[in-house]
Amino acid sequence: MKKIEAIIQPFKLEEVKESLKAIGIDGMTITEVRGHGRQKGHKEVYRGQEYTVDLLPKVKLEMVVADDRYEEVVQKLAFSARTGKIGDGKIFVYEVAEAIRIRNNDRGETAL
Amino acid sequence: MTPALLAQTAPADPQARIAALEASVKSAQMAGDNAWMLVSSALVLMMTGPGLALFYGGLVRRKNVLGTVMQSFILMAVVTVIWAVVGYSLAFGGSSPVIGNFGFAFLNGVGSTPNPDYAPTIPHQTFMVYQLMFAIITPALICGAFAERMKFSAMVLFTTLWSLLVYFPMAHMVWGKGGLLNAALGGSIPTLDFAGGTVVHITSGVSALVCALYLGPRLGYPATPMKPHNLVLSFIGACLLWVGWFGFNAGSALSASGLATSAFVATHFGAAAATLGWLGAEWIEHRKFSVLGGISGAVAGLVAITPASGFVKPFPAMVIGLAAGVVCYLMVTRVKARFRYDDSLDAFGVHGAGGTLGAILTGVFATSAVNDSFKDAAGKVLPLGLVDGHGSQIVNQIVGAGIAWLIAIVGSLIILKICDLAVGLRVTKEQETEGLDLSMHGEEGYIFES
Repeated sequence: MKKIEAIIQPFKLEEVKESLKAIGIDGMTITEVRGHGRQKGHKEVYRGQEYTVDLLPKVKLEMVVADDRYEEVVQKLAFSARTGKIGDGKIFVYEVAEAIRIRNNDRGETAL
Repeated sequence: MTPALLAQTAPADPQARIAALEASVKSAQMAGDNAWMLVSSALVLMMTGPGLALFYGGLVRRKNVLGTVMQSFILMAVVTVIWAVVGYSLAFGGSSPVIGNFGFAFLNGVGSTPNPDYAPTIPHQTFMVYQLMFAIITPALICGAFAERMKFSAMVLFTTLWSLLVYFPMAHMVWGKGGLLNAALGGSIPTLDFAGGTVVHITSGVSALVCALYLGPRLGYPATPMKPHNLVLSFIGACLLWVGWFGFNAGSALSASGLATSAFVATHFGAAAATLGWLGAEWIEHRKFSVLGGISGAVAGLVAITPASGFVKPFPAMVIGLAAGVVCYLMVTRVKARFRYDDSLDAFGVHGAGGTLGAILTGVFATSAVNDSFKDAAGKVLPLGLVDGHGSQIVNQIVGAGIAWLIAIVGSLIILKICDLAVGLRVTKEQETEGLDLSMHGEEGYIFES
């Protein structure tokens, strides 16, 4: 099993969710986060006082998928989250040691 | 007595009929004036809560939103009680030059019979409660300067003493019978202040600067970003202030008269021009029109037009507004940055500067064509400002503003020292970091998980 962690532009969330749903991935956890990579922030001015905002709002998606599906999921995800501009985000993939469904103790890929 | 009733019960004697008619006309005028003045009183209270409370509440950080709205709200209660006990009497009792007396203490003698000196066509009690609303908002304006760092107990003590030592004497000098600066009721330095430019805005704005300097900046200022946490609240607050200000300025005519209309119009035009003035200055510098800039400009214009509102025509009102928008913009951007004081919500930059500018420009643009209530002994209407050829009025305006500055500075310094010794002014560093909402009030403004 692989854990896919994607940090994307907030306005791309719906598009990403739809495209993953289309290939049968409908379980995911979403967190509103702030951060930046190479993207520069922006400037805000309040009564002449300038503030540079470099931590920008992003959405973090986390999902765990079976080994034979992760390549397809990653490709779909990257495609649907892409605008081609700096700030589109990143995807990280981890090995998962175990998965347990709390309701009935299913183990491994059946728990996904 | 209604006219219909009068017709049915009219006595045959023409003299008696005329007397009855006069009484009926007088009571009709009183009803009209009283209706407008009760509405105006409510409008001015609305300026403090929720108007100013939201305007200031949105400008602070999220952890201080309740602490900030509470400062405005508690004054609606505290000042009201002080007003009933001695405040009204110290502001409007007696006829000495500097402060009132105890003649109206505990509202003794303040009933439905009009007070002919102040407002002959409304119940004395209406006049009293209308003036109370001004006494409430004035100390609330100061709270913008010491936002996010003053102890609640110190703030209540400060504003109580400030009302007694600064506001009531100043209100008496400008509006009280025989007051030193009262242009209508025998002052020796007649100053034109229609709705409280000196009494309300200069005293509060200058006291705000003294507070900001005495308390020192907020922890981390100016290095740490301290962005307004909710400009939507500030926007709602500013719009409520704009509407409430019609009660403040047009209500200061103390009647539902043509003068009230004139003040209403001047107020609105001044605010509109000031909005454009601030936004224009901001666009020249930053190439953006910000909401905060627009609402700050509107408030600056409302401040500056306050002393002039019952004396100027619509176009001069717009000149005053435009000037206030630009000057106050420069005050909060240039002057504050240059001297690095933490007037957190710009109470001095808007009310102190806008109030002073408005007081002086009143001496320029005031005209008897708008307000002909000042007459000499022979009954001839007196010229008012420079546009009437009475340039020396500008000197009186400067003296009046100077006295307001002096009382505000000296009074505030003494009171701050007293409060500092009695309860301590600032919250601890831990409390300031935690925020006033939790440390002073034990609650949070925004709880999204419940």
